[in-house]
Amino acid sequence: MGIMIIDGHRVEFTDEQNILAVIRKAGIELPTFCYNSDLSIYGACRMCVVEDDRGNIHASCSTPPKDGMVIKTNTERLHRHRKMILELLLASHCKDCTTCERNGSCRLQDLAAKFGIKKIRFEDTRPKAEIDKSAKGIVRDPNKCILCGDCVRMCSEVQGIGAIDFAHRGSEVRVTPAFNRPLAESNCVNCGQCAAVCPTGAIVINNQTDKLWHLLGNKEGKRIVAQIAPAVRVAIGEEFGFEAGRNGLGKTVAALHKLGFDEVYDTSLSADLTVIEESNEFLDRLNNNGVFPMFTSCCPGWIQYVEKMHPELKPNVSTCRSPMSMFSSVIKDYYNKKDDGKETYVVAIMPCTAKKYEADRPEFTAADGRQETDLVITTRELVKMIKRAGILFNELEGEAPDMPFGLFSGAGVIFGVTGGVTEAVIRRCSTDKSKEALDKIAIIGVRGRETLKTTSIMIGDREVKIAIVYGLKAAGELIKDLQSGKVYYDFIEVMACPEGCIAGGGQPCTKYKDREHRARGLYHVDRKLQIKSSDQNPAVTQIYDYIIGKRRHELLHIDYVKDGKHEE
Amino acid sequence: MNIEDCTVIDEILEANGNSATNLISILQQIQGKYRYLSQEVMEYVAKKLQISPAKIYSVATFYENFSLEPKGKYVFRVCDGTACHVRKSTAVINALRGELGLINQDTTDDLMFTIETVSCLGACGLAPVLTLNDVVYPAMTPDKVKELIKEIKEKENGKV
Repeated sequence: MGIMIIDGHRVEFTDEQNILAVIRKAGIELPTFCYNSDLSIYGACRMCVVEDDRGNIHASCSTPPKDGMVIKTNTERLHRHRKMILELLLASHCKDCTTCERNGSCRLQDLAAKFGIKKIRFEDTRPKAEIDKSAKGIVRDPNKCILCGDCVRMCSEVQGIGAIDFAHRGSEVRVTPAFNRPLAESNCVNCGQCAAVCPTGAIVINNQTDKLWHLLGNKEGKRIVAQIAPAVRVAIGEEFGFEAGRNGLGKTVAALHKLGFDEVYDTSLSADLTVIEESNEFLDRLNNNGVFPMFTSCCPGWIQYVEKMHPELKPNVSTCRSPMSMFSSVIKDYYNKKDDGKETYVVAIMPCTAKKYEADRPEFTAADGRQETDLVITTRELVKMIKRAGILFNELEGEAPDMPFGLFSGAGVIFGVTGGVTEAVIRRCSTDKSKEALDKIAIIGVRGRETLKTTSIMIGDREVKIAIVYGLKAAGELIKDLQSGKVYYDFIEVMACPEGCIAGGGQPCTKYKDREHRARGLYHVDRKLQIKSSDQNPAVTQIYDYIIGKRRHELLHIDYVKDGKHEE
Repeated sequence: MNIEDCTVIDEILEANGNSATNLISILQQIQGKYRYLSQEVMEYVAKKLQISPAKIYSVATFYENFSLEPKGKYVFRVCDGTACHVRKSTAVINALRGELGLINQDTTDDLMFTIETVSCLGACGLAPVLTLNDVVYPAMTPDKVKELIKEIKEKENGKV
């Protein structure tokens, strides 16, 4: 607690960790590259420098506030320093802005413009580094790296993976995977959180929009089907000026129709299928002494984490395909049977970069060599396409997803937020589906922003212990505790990204406070839907009756243990 | 990595309390044993200490002292600091390289000799100075270098 004088104005501070936070509270947006409130403080970029009353210069991100402190944030000297930093950064930065993936959304470009950098006095002497396109979800261009370390800290502090780190020293420092190998050969799980925090184009989403343009431009004899993941709807609007959490599904469906998609479906429907299959599997394990704990399997980042870091847990992971992959196989099966001479292409609109990897897995490649999910486009890529097509998103009249796969339950929608899968499964398992019962489920500890939540429910006379975790570092710690016998759970939901898919690597970049709005947005959609539980969704019943029949394992399950089709 | 190497490294890890905080000391001891840090070894250490291989790579590439390339049994460190340079250390280096046939590489193919230059050994009074596996040889000349290599080669051949 105390008072600071910032640019001549009194500003009160309470528990702020650094003067940067106090300055931002005072309404001044100091420029930063390496400061990210979700990560540890690094103090590398020095853009946030301030001057005290004695003329000393401090990095405000790593200076704690003191009562009576007098600082200035915008002196001529500070501007000179910041400009110099920008110039030096730009000197060793590949400056192909117009052809860069982050053109228009790059912080370096933005600040260079704000600070009026017109000329760079220094020569770039760095040797050109190779662009790493090995990972399916992300592309790494070391020539655009400004060494802020956000990706390094995200990968180790939040995800506990550490696929990339600084290597070498001084002017030769690079961010690289171990031994300078391609990302695909590291323990990277394609979660894309590094791309989400990168201020420049050094790590970007693997942009596959050109493939989709090509597909949409050559439609003869093809049926192009889109499926939209639950989390996309509450984030896409942010790129068009809507507030975080606003449901943009209707407009997104309309935009996809305008882009040329023949059918637009909602992945929430196959999330309903996942709920049925996952709860069946859980009950089956319960009744037949199966392997426990059972982990959820919707998150491809988590699946890769298990494969790369904890292969011993593979039998614990549910054999259910992710909702995306379930849907693709069901859609293709349905249309292939129709045999109307059209070839069906499924494009998944996902909040996730790892889904690109998932779609490419050999397990999800059909006999004819085509991927079951032909293409995965992230929210941010779709935004680019909408903008390129000149579709005025804001003015679009909302449309409903198409039939026959357009009906979904609220349980399917909340898959996009941490705890959602668990809540959906509990709703399914609960015999009492009254409003009161569902309200009660919502408050037993499945909702909320904590990295690890625990709760328990009664199934018959057995108490089932449940854990819900997001962030792979937290998941890793939970696994450690499980393996040492310190804790025990029967059912564990894991989502790789902060607070689930709502902050996925493919979503518009977000901060801690906006994530909450996105989560609320999904719960809001759920509240407004008549169908609350997956087993009440009539479309689900129809899919089981007319499409899946006895082929549940062929269409809805996968065995990552055997790396092949699941066998009963 | 064979079982023998694993045992050697396990012992080093054990002596350092299997703790990632002792990483530098662990890497130094491993390098002391193998004269360099191989990728295999670093990956093994990463797994054992439960840290990411990228972190170990980060540490190993930061410090000049760690070598990621195999080094010879005999490592010459020739000082090329100002004092040594003006007292003709270049001639010493050239003599070494010529004698060992090391033109575009620093280590002989039989992994017997490695040549490095250092900026200052802190023994300017002995210029031009070099160290051979941590033994200091003062006031070197091209002739003395040739003599030294001859001695080592004879010693090595004698062994065989």
